[in-house]
Amino acid sequence: MSVFFFFLASIIAIAGAFGVVMLRNPFYSVLALVCHLIALAVLFLLLRAEFVAAAQVVVYAGAVMVLYLFVVAYVGGGDEVAAGTALRILGPLFALAVAIELFIAMLGSGLSGISGKGAPYVLGFGTPAQIGRLFLTSYLLPFEVASLLLLVAAIGAVVLARRRRGLEDDLELERRLREPRPAYTGTLAEGAGVQRVLAAIAATEQLERGGGAGERDRRGLAGSPAGTSDGDGQEG
Amino acid sequence: MAIGWYLVVSAVIFSTGAAGVLTRRNPLVILLCLELMLNAANLALVAFARMHGGAAGQVFALIVMVVAACEVTVGLGLIVAIYRRNLPIDVDEMHELNG
Repeated sequence: MSVFFFFLASIIAIAGAFGVVMLRNPFYSVLALVCHLIALAVLFLLLRAEFVAAAQVVVYAGAVMVLYLFVVAYVGGGDEVAAGTALRILGPLFALAVAIELFIAMLGSGLSGISGKGAPYVLGFGTPAQIGRLFLTSYLLPFEVASLLLLVAAIGAVVLARRRRGLEDDLELERRLREPRPAYTGTLAEGAGVQRVLAAIAATEQLERGGGAGERDRRGLAGSPAGTSDGDGQEG
Repeated sequence: MAIGWYLVVSAVIFSTGAAGVLTRRNPLVILLCLELMLNAANLALVAFARMHGGAAGQVFALIVMVVAACEVTVGLGLIVAIYRRNLPIDVDEMHELNG
């Protein structure tokens, strides 16, 4: 059973990895990475790393990928131009060389445990209790450094992605400040709709000042009963 | 399954990610390929933890996940900043910091 699950999960994981690299649209790349991450979580479960698998699904496939999707939707991941021919040939060749080197390094290392099924299973291996105890005893310093790193990254992201005024050149800012604005813009009165009332009053005044001639002309041209009654009401 | 199989899968995923970093030009996809490489390292760490029967490898894997989350945050912040300044989202165009 575990053999079946191993091959299923590893085939999905490798297919997802190829999908990330091959697909042209970044949106589909992110979705392929989500598949890959979930398949990796299955592999972690097969290795009896329950807590790491849960964290993988919740934090990685959940939160981080949602962040990715938001940014892809915001930036609008269009199709990209393919890389130059030299890179397109040399890149996979380099990757192949790295893969061969890794195979030699890991399988040729002569470690006796590599061909075995691992250490005998102890009850409680990989549970949150064990991981938490390790984090708060032997690995306290890495734990604290990781939390500090998260804080720095959060502040850094806010600073980087902020809409900043300082980069605008001064002339542009001057122009925007000196640009004449209509009265009442940016005031509470505008928000309360005072401007619309004032505009209506001004229109009425203009109508009265314009005299009855124009009004009568308009009435004759349009000939609509609604317009005449409206005009009569305003004049009266 | 023997532990060696997991290491083989890890090596394949790592080199796929390396190929992606080298051949793609969209910084978003390059970040995704970096995630692939980090995950391959995670798989190897967890496999070795299983081999030794100690949970230290899983602790390292969790720390790697934290580092990956930080990298994603800063990288996506950079991409959003690039987009805001109306620059092309293409690593070959962003070569002003070349030596």
